[in-house]
Amino acid sequence: MKLFPIMGGIHPEHRKDLTSEKAIVAMPMPATLFLPLQQHIGEPAAPTVEAGYLVKKGELLARSDGAISAPIHAPTSGRIRAIAEITAPHPSGLPMPTIILESDGKDEWTDLPPPIDDPFAAPPQSIRDRVAECGIVGMGGATFPSAVKLGLGTQRKLEVLLLNGAECEPYLTCDDRLMREYADEVIDGARIMAHALGAPRVIVAIETNKPQAIEAMAKAAAATDNVTIAKVPARYPMGGERQLTQAVTGLETPARKLTADMGVVVHNVATARAVHDAVRLGRPLISRIVTVSGGAVPNPGNIEVPLGVKVSELLAFCGGADGAARFVSGGPMMGQPLPSLDVPVVKGSSGILALTRAETRESEPQPCIRCGSCIAACPCGLVPMQMAAFIRAEKMAEAVRIGVQDCVSCGSCTYVCPSHIPLVQYFRYAKGRLATQDRERRKNEQTKALVEARNARLERLAMARRDAAARARAPQPETAQEAGRIAP
Amino acid sequence: MNTVVEKSGPYTHGANSIQRTMFTVLAALVPATLFNLYLFGWPAIFLFAMTMAACVACEAACVRIGGGSPANAIGNGSVLITGWLLALSLPPWAPWWVAVVASVFAVGIAKHAFGGLGQNLFNPAMVGRVVVLVSFPVQMTAFVPPKPLFSAGAPGFIEGLGVTFGRGVNLDGLSAASQLGFVKNELARGVPAHQSVEQLPGLGELMWGFHPGSMGETAVPLLLLGGLFLMWRKVITWHIPVGMLGTLLLLGTLFSAIDPGRHAGGLFHLISGASVLGAFFIATDYVTSPVSNGGRLAFGIGCGLLTWIIRTYAGYPEGFAFAILLMNAMAPLLDRAFRPRMFGRTLKGEPLPLGKFK
Repeated sequence: MKLFPIMGGIHPEHRKDLTSEKAIVAMPMPATLFLPLQQHIGEPAAPTVEAGYLVKKGELLARSDGAISAPIHAPTSGRIRAIAEITAPHPSGLPMPTIILESDGKDEWTDLPPPIDDPFAAPPQSIRDRVAECGIVGMGGATFPSAVKLGLGTQRKLEVLLLNGAECEPYLTCDDRLMREYADEVIDGARIMAHALGAPRVIVAIETNKPQAIEAMAKAAAATDNVTIAKVPARYPMGGERQLTQAVTGLETPARKLTADMGVVVHNVATARAVHDAVRLGRPLISRIVTVSGGAVPNPGNIEVPLGVKVSELLAFCGGADGAARFVSGGPMMGQPLPSLDVPVVKGSSGILALTRAETRESEPQPCIRCGSCIAACPCGLVPMQMAAFIRAEKMAEAVRIGVQDCVSCGSCTYVCPSHIPLVQYFRYAKGRLATQDRERRKNEQTKALVEARNARLERLAMARRDAAARARAPQPETAQEAGRIAP
Repeated sequence: MNTVVEKSGPYTHGANSIQRTMFTVLAALVPATLFNLYLFGWPAIFLFAMTMAACVACEAACVRIGGGSPANAIGNGSVLITGWLLALSLPPWAPWWVAVVASVFAVGIAKHAFGGLGQNLFNPAMVGRVVVLVSFPVQMTAFVPPKPLFSAGAPGFIEGLGVTFGRGVNLDGLSAASQLGFVKNELARGVPAHQSVEQLPGLGELMWGFHPGSMGETAVPLLLLGGLFLMWRKVITWHIPVGMLGTLLLLGTLFSAIDPGRHAGGLFHLISGASVLGAFFIATDYVTSPVSNGGRLAFGIGCGLLTWIIRTYAGYPEGFAFAILLMNAMAPLLDRAFRPRMFGRTLKGEPLPLGKFK
């Protein structure tokens, strides 16, 4: 298959060999699960249960609330202890409403919706409905509700579903293992998704550093007539939606457009498996494969984890994490730092990493020596060192002019910087500042509009009063008539 | 248990560091430098040591005044490169105080007065060289033919000390012009360039450095080797060296074809003076050159063009240091003019036209 070069990119030390040969094992069900109402991009789910309810495995706990939202289901059977505020797996460490489920140890399934027998004959909308009903979100880490993304074909003619098995983040091997062990399910799920999208073809893109996954997927794809495998070079951030699209199709997504506008939709391989389970088995999304890795973990591996398991318990299952300098959810490049180990595994948790100081190689920032490495590494064609210099001087308008809003925070620039300058941190700061400024500007405009409206209203009132007063002073016809009637 | 979150990702980092970069450059300079020190003997060794020591001392003093850690500043290796390149740009038998004055201007003024590492507009080593070249033209143009270490007529250890630290030697009987100076002088006397070049040793010998000149004007093959090593290690890109040497070659070839009496040939320009040292090691200085590859190519072309113009039309036989400094001043403009194209946008920043998958 003909491939195309991508802009920039780096070759980070992948450190995947820590877990790539570890087969997926299921984590035993813990006594308590913590299910935040927001595990996806969009509106938080609305609880349909209350404290004290008894629920079965797979039962709905919180329904989708809004156009972009996703429901949450019970990963096991048991009793709802409470819906309480619990620290969320977000760097802010802020609490979020969370359903606390106590397992009854029976792991009894509820009555699941029936399988869709011939999904390729079913109307695409029924597939999307099932995906929405089962709470599936983008499992590569973006956690965008999948049913919405499967609806991109309703207004456009789509040509291809690009299934993302690149897994370019260091350490992570959950997609690699999934493709090796569940290739048939992934391919089937992908074909169902393509049907829902109205896309005639599926291309599975896998980085060449996963030969066994490529082999397994090629074998599974051989039985189909519309699935091909693309062996893309191992180069971070190949798994970025726009980068992968460019590498496989040669199309560069224009600014402010979607890959779907060019006929290409990208979904993650783990999402495809979840769609398979939802459509063929009626199962909602209640567990996921998590790579637990890092130098501080004695028994790293790929674990099928029920959603809601606390990170501390998951790490304990893998032998603990003594001596870790950093805890990260996701990959080390774009993953989120964990504010606490008392946070649960959620739908987007592709990895839990406990990294030692030797692995993070953190160091005090030095002055920029203008080496230009960050420019060569940037997959977005930006000049990171210059943007950081502007941001340091609080020149946000200048930073915007040279493209800080086009930054995808992939971290390539920071990884290669010989001066250890935390470039991404500058960009996140700038984006935060700009968002705040934007909010404030809109708020000001709103306030201004309200004030103007109020002034106009007062003006109208005053005018009405003046008119009334004027009318009161003027000789009024009725009064004159009355006067006339009385006078004669 | 709460863990610390005070820093955004990524939570892994490449093995590269300032120190690693700088020491790679130094390693690339070692073969040529050793050969040069051998070629010019004890005085060159003393001058080299003197320059390095003066630069390091100056760095330590400046960093201390600024409240930083001298050990860290010296440890990252950047001042060692400055000292090293400065030493290579001096006549090997120059007296010690020339080295000290040049070092003070290089490190104290050009680098630290502008804010230290990463902040200087001009290449420190070239500022040092130009200050002494303009201030002490006699000492700075007193070149001796190579007298390899331990060869007949080469100064011994004590004699060498006398050359560098003593009252100097009378170079009148020894001194000779560098090849570029020779051609220029001959041209001034009315001898056409193509004839004067004939009188110089063959290109091969010139290339190895058996001719009078600064230390860094010799051992072209070894410098080239070091430069290619830097490219292989991805410390530098090809843009500046190719831009600069290509321009010199092109202009030299073109103009000597048009008027061989007035102009030396392209190859002669390449292997004369500090062309190779400058193109691979000096013009490529990160801090004072543009950051994008387009800017670097333009910068290299500018350096080549100015070097050729100064060599050909100005009073100085070797214009490389001036060319670099002039182009250094252009670097911020080149940074503005040559920004990479943003993903999904045209060079002007407008969104690209929409493509369709077929």
